[in-house]
Amino acid sequence: MTLAMLRNVGIRLAIVAVMTSQISAARCEDSIITIDNFSFSPAQLTVKAGTTVTWKNQDDIPHTVVSAGKFKSKALDTDDSYSFTFTAAGDYTYFCSLHPHMTGTIKVE
Amino acid sequence: MSDHDEHSGVSRRRVLECMTWAGTGVLWTISGGVPRSLGLVGSARAAEPAGLTFLQISDSHVGFDKPANPNAIGTLEEAIGKIKSMPVKPSFMIHTGDITHLSKAAEFDDAERIISQAKLDVHYVPGEHDFIDEEVKFYRERYGRGSKGAGWYSFDASGVHFIGLVNVVDLKAGGLGNLGAEQLEWLESDLKGRSKSTPIVVFAHIPLWAVYPTWGWGTEDGARALDYLKGFGSVTVLNGHIHQVMQKVEGNVTFHTARSTAFPQPAPGAAPSPGPMKVADDRLRGLLGIASIDFKPGNERLAIIDTPLQG
Repeated sequence: MTLAMLRNVGIRLAIVAVMTSQISAARCEDSIITIDNFSFSPAQLTVKAGTTVTWKNQDDIPHTVVSAGKFKSKALDTDDSYSFTFTAAGDYTYFCSLHPHMTGTIKVE
Repeated sequence: MSDHDEHSGVSRRRVLECMTWAGTGVLWTISGGVPRSLGLVGSARAAEPAGLTFLQISDSHVGFDKPANPNAIGTLEEAIGKIKSMPVKPSFMIHTGDITHLSKAAEFDDAERIISQAKLDVHYVPGEHDFIDEEVKFYRERYGRGSKGAGWYSFDASGVHFIGLVNVVDLKAGGLGNLGAEQLEWLESDLKGRSKSTPIVVFAHIPLWAVYPTWGWGTEDGARALDYLKGFGSVTVLNGHIHQVMQKVEGNVTFHTARSTAFPQPAPGAAPSPGPMKVADDRLRGLLGIASIDFKPGNERLAIIDTPLQG
């Protein structure tokens, strides 16, 4: 392998490294919580301030995502999603207002 | 289908063997002041349909189209068809909620179009699925007239006092169905001064008794409502929500839940969640269906006969 080729590989690796870091940065701002079998998964989630959390209902029954005084989704039918961006640190407890035994917590750091 | 489903199917069947149920509805009759479901084991003989006879349907979930029953409208139509073909017309019908699946105007319209074909007065209470339109107005506009609060009311028929309660609003995180202080207060005053010999029928969507709190099948303050009913000689509590028949007798109170006309749900704890239970197509109508009220010509008494919609 020539020096030029090695340099070339090095540049490519560097590009990949930059792209990878961008992807992980993007991931840091988005979290997904799925709703399956009348439960939020994960039920406890810790995120950084500024993170957008998206709930996706994968049940055959509508659900809601409600945190008293903080956020409130419409009824989510199957495959519907709801997103909320957490800007302030704190613990956010939430539940499904149709099936209140379904509860979850978002810890924002 | 998984073994799990099979298992829950078996336990459901066992429940059904013990109790009379109807996918179309449960026929109630008042006999000697005591409401009873026609065809309950051993009771058919006693239950002469002489006084008042009424019908209960529940959980029609108009708009539901998921695998557990892609045609919930069709099975509601079949149920109403059964009611229409009854040779003796009941006095009226109660619907214990979840008329629609998503509270869409079109779903309420379809429900009305189909249920009205029974040509019976229908007394509704809402399920949680009837209150999820954005302005929470479609149910109230259609069925809330003359009711109090979120839609509770009472009426009398043939000496029986009927009370329709709402336990699907203002639910608290981690909790169950909820009546709330205002409704309980109203209930107390509604019953005050009423003769203890008056037969009482209470109907609401979510069971007032703790069927299975792990799945939310119960009412947080249901016991307070039942306190006000203490002392009455005959109390019958009719609910829906759990899409299967359950019955319990406690002192003077008989609790009963009706089946859905839309889709079955698993027996408590028999599945990971209370979601719609998918069964083989050829079993669906067997599960929804029909303990029909059979009026045999020349037979002096009525009976519910376990007749599947199909098969």
